[in-house]
Amino acid sequence: MQTFLETIQSRSDLIQESFLQHIYLSFIALAIGIGIALPLGIFVARYRKFAEPIIGVTAVFQTIPSLALFGFLVPLIGIGTMTALIALIIYALLPILRNTYTGITTIDESIIEAGRGMGMTKSQLLRQIEFPLALPFIMAGIRTATVLTVGIATLATFVGAGGLGDVIYRGLQSYNNALVLAGALPVALLAILFDLALKWIEKKATPKGLNTRG
Amino acid sequence: MIQFDKITKVFENGTEALKDVSLTIPAEQLVAIIGPSGCGKTTLMKMINRLEIPTSGEVYVDAKAVSSVDAVELRKTIGYVIQRIGLFPHMSIERNVSLVPNLKGWTKEKTTERIYELMQMVGLDPNQYLSKYPLELSGGQQQRIGVVRALAGNPAIVLMDEPFSALDPISREQLQMETKNIQKKLKKTIVFVTHDMDEALKIADTIVVMRNGQIEQIGTPTELIETPINHFVKHFIGVERINRKRSVGKRELQEFIPTFKQSEQSSYLVVEANITVEEAIKLLEKEDIESLLVKKGKKELGFVNQSILLSAMLTKEEVL
Repeated sequence: MQTFLETIQSRSDLIQESFLQHIYLSFIALAIGIGIALPLGIFVARYRKFAEPIIGVTAVFQTIPSLALFGFLVPLIGIGTMTALIALIIYALLPILRNTYTGITTIDESIIEAGRGMGMTKSQLLRQIEFPLALPFIMAGIRTATVLTVGIATLATFVGAGGLGDVIYRGLQSYNNALVLAGALPVALLAILFDLALKWIEKKATPKGLNTRG
Repeated sequence: MIQFDKITKVFENGTEALKDVSLTIPAEQLVAIIGPSGCGKTTLMKMINRLEIPTSGEVYVDAKAVSSVDAVELRKTIGYVIQRIGLFPHMSIERNVSLVPNLKGWTKEKTTERIYELMQMVGLDPNQYLSKYPLELSGGQQQRIGVVRALAGNPAIVLMDEPFSALDPISREQLQMETKNIQKKLKKTIVFVTHDMDEALKIADTIVVMRNGQIEQIGTPTELIETPINHFVKHFIGVERINRKRSVGKRELQEFIPTFKQSEQSSYLVVEANITVEEAIKLLEKEDIESLLVKKGKKELGFVNQSILLSAMLTKEEVL
């Protein structure tokens, strides 16, 4: 315990910088991931014949071991933040995409028919009916993606993109368990924190009328 | 007025849902389209608001072809009530019912006034219910809201797709009566799809009987009961109905003595007065005869035919 606190103190610069890098990487990757997966999910929910292939492709990406994906990207893009971001985005896609698709396609069809029959346009249906009703699903997907991204971002160190993986890696190389811990704990903490925050948002985002079910 | 002109509909899988159907639905009437499931009644109705497109033929609303009108604009002028209610669960009742007025761009005052009026008409206190959410309401209340929502935009035409078949018998009965009253009061054209002949007989001005994508008979409830055009229609308003209305079917013929005819009928069968209405109707259909001579012991009570029984059933039901 003593050594752990001392390590944190003596390496506080490194830890702090890595911590911020880690948040930066995760946050940007998630933001872009949502930016791609959400519209794509809405698209495949509307044109369902595309759903199978597109979700299939993202699922295949998901099965590539994360370290291998980072390694695979290096010869193509080189090392650096960009490579790390691309890998992280690829991982964030599937949970968000799949949940958006599921959220929209599992809405009771009678609700959609009623909306159509009342003269709502496609975009009105999407904004006023489909999206709000699918939101709890979508948020759950974003939560999954967040926890995943925060975890995998530790591997960014191997492509020279920094992050808390740096701290862990250095600790491992110098057989300094305290330093490994000083890198690993903040990662876990970040994941839990993000998860809690999003859980709170998810609850807020659940339309009021849906809470009365059951 | 709604006109169907030589409508056919062939689905992608090759099923012929409608075969050359022509039909005129007069304004300000409640017209029930009835038939067994798969007869094309719902498909026909959905062509009015363009939720279904005919393979050939044209639908006219007030002499204007619906295919020439923008579907979204058209639907805003036609109320729509569906069987599974389809209220938006994430919206308060107020938002649900004011959706069409909002789409139409009404002022808030006009919308509120209209909604309060309609809510009171279906017997739901607006002050109590408008702030609630659909899932907090019972099935009957939800469908009342469904009706209010369909009427909110003040459409001239309201389409109802088996609106009450999923409700419990008491709510169903109440809503049938309310619908009839509202229709009379607000002078709406209501197209009402159902598979329940009792419902149709009770509320419709005109009944359209369909089978296999074709119209079998069009007539008022009385016309259908008195002069069913063929065996199918006869069966549909006779045996089919008795099967649903068990309580009436179990009554004995002698309860209906005042309705018996005394004049001699061409073909008849002699039966005892204590057989049930159900048995009598089945007998009439099976033996393909016009009437039954009802006897109690040696005494002849009179003749009875299907239309007498069916009319009698209808009045008995109203008393109940």
